[in-house]
Amino acid sequence: MTVQLKSNFDRESIMNYSKQHQEPDWLLNLRLRGLEQSEVLELPKPEKTNISKWNMLQFKQPAEEQLTAKSAHVPSELQGMIDEQEKGHLIIHKNGIPVYSSLSDDLQKKGIVFTDLKTAVQEHRDLLSEYMHQLVQVDEHKLTALHAALINCGIFLYVPQNVEVDIPLQSIFWQEDADCGLIPHVVIVAEANSKVTYVENTFGNEARKSVNHYVAEVFVGPGAKVHFAAIDQLGEQTTSFIYRRAVVQKDGHIDWALGQMNSGHTLSDNTTVLKGDGSTGDTKSVAIGQGDQSENFVQRMNHYGLHTDGQILSHAVMKDSARAIFNGISKIEKGSTKSNGEQTERVLMLSEKARGDANPILLIDEDDVTAGHAASVGQVDQNQLYYLMSRGIPRSEAEKLIILGFLSPVVEKIPLEGVKRRLIEVIERKVK
Amino acid sequence: MTVPHLKIEDLKVNVGETEILKGFSLEVKGGEIHAIMGPNGTGKSTLASAIMGHPAYEVTGGKVELDGQNVLDMDVDERARAGMFLAMQYPSEISGVTTADFLRTAINARRGEGNEISLMKFIRKMDEKMSVLDMDESFSHRYLNEGFSGGEKKRNEILQMMMLEPRLCILDEIDSGLDIDALKFVSRGVNDMRDPERAFLIITHYQRLLNYIKPDFVHVMMQGRIVKSGGPELAVELEEKGYDWIKDELGITDEKVGQEA
Repeated sequence: MTVQLKSNFDRESIMNYSKQHQEPDWLLNLRLRGLEQSEVLELPKPEKTNISKWNMLQFKQPAEEQLTAKSAHVPSELQGMIDEQEKGHLIIHKNGIPVYSSLSDDLQKKGIVFTDLKTAVQEHRDLLSEYMHQLVQVDEHKLTALHAALINCGIFLYVPQNVEVDIPLQSIFWQEDADCGLIPHVVIVAEANSKVTYVENTFGNEARKSVNHYVAEVFVGPGAKVHFAAIDQLGEQTTSFIYRRAVVQKDGHIDWALGQMNSGHTLSDNTTVLKGDGSTGDTKSVAIGQGDQSENFVQRMNHYGLHTDGQILSHAVMKDSARAIFNGISKIEKGSTKSNGEQTERVLMLSEKARGDANPILLIDEDDVTAGHAASVGQVDQNQLYYLMSRGIPRSEAEKLIILGFLSPVVEKIPLEGVKRRLIEVIERKVK
Repeated sequence: MTVPHLKIEDLKVNVGETEILKGFSLEVKGGEIHAIMGPNGTGKSTLASAIMGHPAYEVTGGKVELDGQNVLDMDVDERARAGMFLAMQYPSEISGVTTADFLRTAINARRGEGNEISLMKFIRKMDEKMSVLDMDESFSHRYLNEGFSGGEKKRNEILQMMMLEPRLCILDEIDSGLDIDALKFVSRGVNDMRDPERAFLIITHYQRLLNYIKPDFVHVMMQGRIVKSGGPELAVELEEKGYDWIKDELGITDEKVGQEA
């Protein structure tokens, strides 16, 4: 029982939705502000990618009777793919409805909050309100406004000061019903000198038209360390608008490992704000473009603090008639002295009809810095291929090995074996 | 394993517009070690690459047969699975692929589906061969040749040869860039593999390697073909006298071919 969203996308339906979920006023107001702004604001204009015809609103909200569907067990359909040891620190959303949630007593006792957004809204509303939509503003453009108005799920992860979590915490967004819209808002707060690893896996059925309006905001406190790994693998008919952003305070660190494996049109913007002195960021992204996909990827490091260090790596494989833009942006502001920004963008073209533009961009307003970039667009190296084949490995297998190796910078950063395995599987499936 | 029989007849090879091999002929049989020597630029490495099937080397004439089968009709991987192996002078670096994963894939490509080597057996074999070559265990987990020193790359080539157990081993300048200790370990690896059912074709510029690996036949290449053949004593003679006496004897003024360095 799903309801067409088109009719939901007005003041009354948003108020109803908010009321039904017993949301506090600040959240309702945020939604209404999003609605208003979405009507006046323009779409963002990603470089060389025309998103104006992409599907933004054709999807359904999850059926209401599923609202209380949370169970003590991992849904049977996912049993086989999730390793036993993953199950203790895991939240699963099915079609935007939280259906499974677990966190060990030990971690709960340390004050860690790891919960779905709906629960967080009820149980941690003041804490959440301090952070939500502070880093990605509602009124940046039409898409952020739309997101705010329509948020239908999400994650809240809070790690108190000096608490280190060694076990990766995992979130699965599973779109079992391909019609359903996925509009998650993820908030991660790592207080001073804390440490946490968050692993996210988003996947869905292929068949139907839908939308993923995604926002993640990560607040890295002084001396804190956050590892953020995500694998996106939504279907061909799902359009994705993804904003992942972090702000890093003094001596804090974030690293991102993004496996961008969506099969539909995708706009993905990953920004790290190196605010504090000595803050560091490392973003690694791999992507595979296939079919007639159009994609636009931005990885950005904004340097403000002294002695900041930002590393950007992007590797992508382009097949069929897919086209994609890969922009790496290192922006070093005036006063961010002794900072360092490095980036590498490499695109492997497997088809003559595919297009891939790798653009390393350095924007530097400070003299006393170091920066470097490397970019290349090319085909599978014939000498590498010859070398592998000369050991008896057939051409197709040799190509697969080279491609897997090329995409390994993200694969090897995935901290959960099961999730890593799923990423390798999706890569193998896509490059076949 | 069957006794290998390599037959090269009047082989002509171009690189780009330039003819490098100008009618090269040689027969190599199981149990034999043939050394191909000669000054730089006489076509030695071209011979190795052309036999293995490197796409940049165009065969314009002649025959290469292994056990009576036309090698030139085979794709590179088929040649390997037919039992050929080339230890390369400049092996490629392949980022993100560990030496162990690569080797297991290569072994399984030979064994075929349903007959894959067990992980335990593979690890045991790899450990054993690495110790013969005095290689550190960490090699197997490093990305293939990435960041390897010249000597490490050469050892890795021999390691692959020991793991894959080919019937026809071609070694292209395996001694270049090796210090004397590394040379000893590499030679030990090769000598360990001597077998009546295995043949070797060793390409080298210097006689030094042949102190450690005793050849049965020595051939001198100039101008893209063999100009003189002999036994192991020929290598010793070359070490003492250089190549000029052969040039004089044959009336060759410029031993090089084309542009090859």
